[in-house]
Amino acid sequence: MPLNDHTVKAFDEDIGQLRGLIAQMGGLAEHAIAAAMEALRRHDLEGAREIVAGDKRIDALQIEVEQLAVRIIALRAPLADDLREVVAALKIAGVVERIGDYAKNIAKRVPMIESHGEIEPLSVLPAMSALAVQMVHDALDAFAARDATAAVEVCDRDRQVDDFYNSLFRVLVTHMMENPKTIGQVAQLLFIAKNLERVGDHATNIAEMIYFAATGTHMAERDRGDIPTS
Amino acid sequence: MSIPNQSKISAQHVNVWYGAKQAIADVSLDFGQDHVTALIGPSGCGKSTFLRTLNRMNDTIAGAKVEGDITLDGENIYSPDMDVVQLRARVGMVFQKPNPFPKSIFENVAYGPRIHGLAANKPQLAEIVEKSLRRAGLWDEVKDRLTESGTALSGGQQQRLCIARAIAVDPEVILMDEPCSALDPIATAKIEELIHELKGRYAIVIVTHNMQQAARVSQRTAFFHLGTLVEYGATSDIFTNPRQERTKDYITGRYG
Repeated sequence: MPLNDHTVKAFDEDIGQLRGLIAQMGGLAEHAIAAAMEALRRHDLEGAREIVAGDKRIDALQIEVEQLAVRIIALRAPLADDLREVVAALKIAGVVERIGDYAKNIAKRVPMIESHGEIEPLSVLPAMSALAVQMVHDALDAFAARDATAAVEVCDRDRQVDDFYNSLFRVLVTHMMENPKTIGQVAQLLFIAKNLERVGDHATNIAEMIYFAATGTHMAERDRGDIPTS
Repeated sequence: MSIPNQSKISAQHVNVWYGAKQAIADVSLDFGQDHVTALIGPSGCGKSTFLRTLNRMNDTIAGAKVEGDITLDGENIYSPDMDVVQLRARVGMVFQKPNPFPKSIFENVAYGPRIHGLAANKPQLAEIVEKSLRRAGLWDEVKDRLTESGTALSGGQQQRLCIARAIAVDPEVILMDEPCSALDPIATAKIEELIHELKGRYAIVIVTHNMQQAARVSQRTAFFHLGTLVEYGATSDIFTNPRQERTKDYITGRYG
């Protein structure tokens, strides 16, 4: 959507800064998820610790977004799409912070899973992770471009992440039944799969907020057709 | 572009010219009894001109020509039978700059009811004056100095005095042309509160350059641009999700 600049240039600068902070937060959260999965794959305890520590940076950025958004509302009194964008940024920052928490949670589980090499079904976990991370990435790109169409596409992909999760759930439960001594570790992997599934949901939420910010209407409730396995 | 609501004043296909220059082009708007309507738009968009057609204030401007149908309760206000003095009592007006008469506070308010013969005797007149000043939220501030000159009041008080003066003749519609642009924020808040209190009793149409004010006081907003009506709708929609690109650019400060 092409937009004219505001007569008050400082307003455009504020909005630009807000978008920059969201992009920065999103980039960190995306990277944290991908890095946590990599640490899991390599059983990299040091890497996992760094991810847990790095989450503080995302939390700090969320506070910065909140402060800036409140300042813009107070000083610039934004209206119409500007107002919707500032409100969306405020909410998106909260969601991205949650995604960071999921990365941290995955990283914390790394020491509890010693050798998942023998758990064959886990070959699909990286693919699921890549898909969820890509959704977050594309949702944030849609935010930067105020692109409602791109936001809808992100939402449509949530189904794939859910399908991954549902099939993983069945496979992991089967694996636990057949190899009872791995139950402790496989349960951890199940939580990780669930975290990734939630990341996909959060990316969908972000996309819905972007859609509202860009169009002023809510994305029609889509039938996701999923029957939760757990 | 009308929103169903018992309309008090209805303007249909209104055109206004100042000499050869067209100031308003084919504007149709209905104003309901029960709400405040804000007219917004950049300078020169025709919003004040349009407001002034509603009680024939443009009659006083040489070279001004008004076309179209404007009816008050179904009655054509431009009909030759219409008594303009009577019309302006029914459709009162408050201006940008407070303009009290250089008379006492009491006389400012009593003048209208007296010339329109609304009071049979002095006590009745005093009652109308008190009631009007109370409704205008000014009574407590001036009750002990009703004989002082209206021009001695502060700007905000003068504006409320002008509103009391408009109310005193028991109008049906009150037109306000940027009533707060010369007032400080506190005086402005008092006028806005007053508008809120008067809502429902009178149909109110307000022209304002202050977008936040339009958002605060009105239930309907009409956006004018270059003499045309661009968009008319519920105030909450206009300010959160305007349909027209031009409206959006104006209210978000991206104009031009």
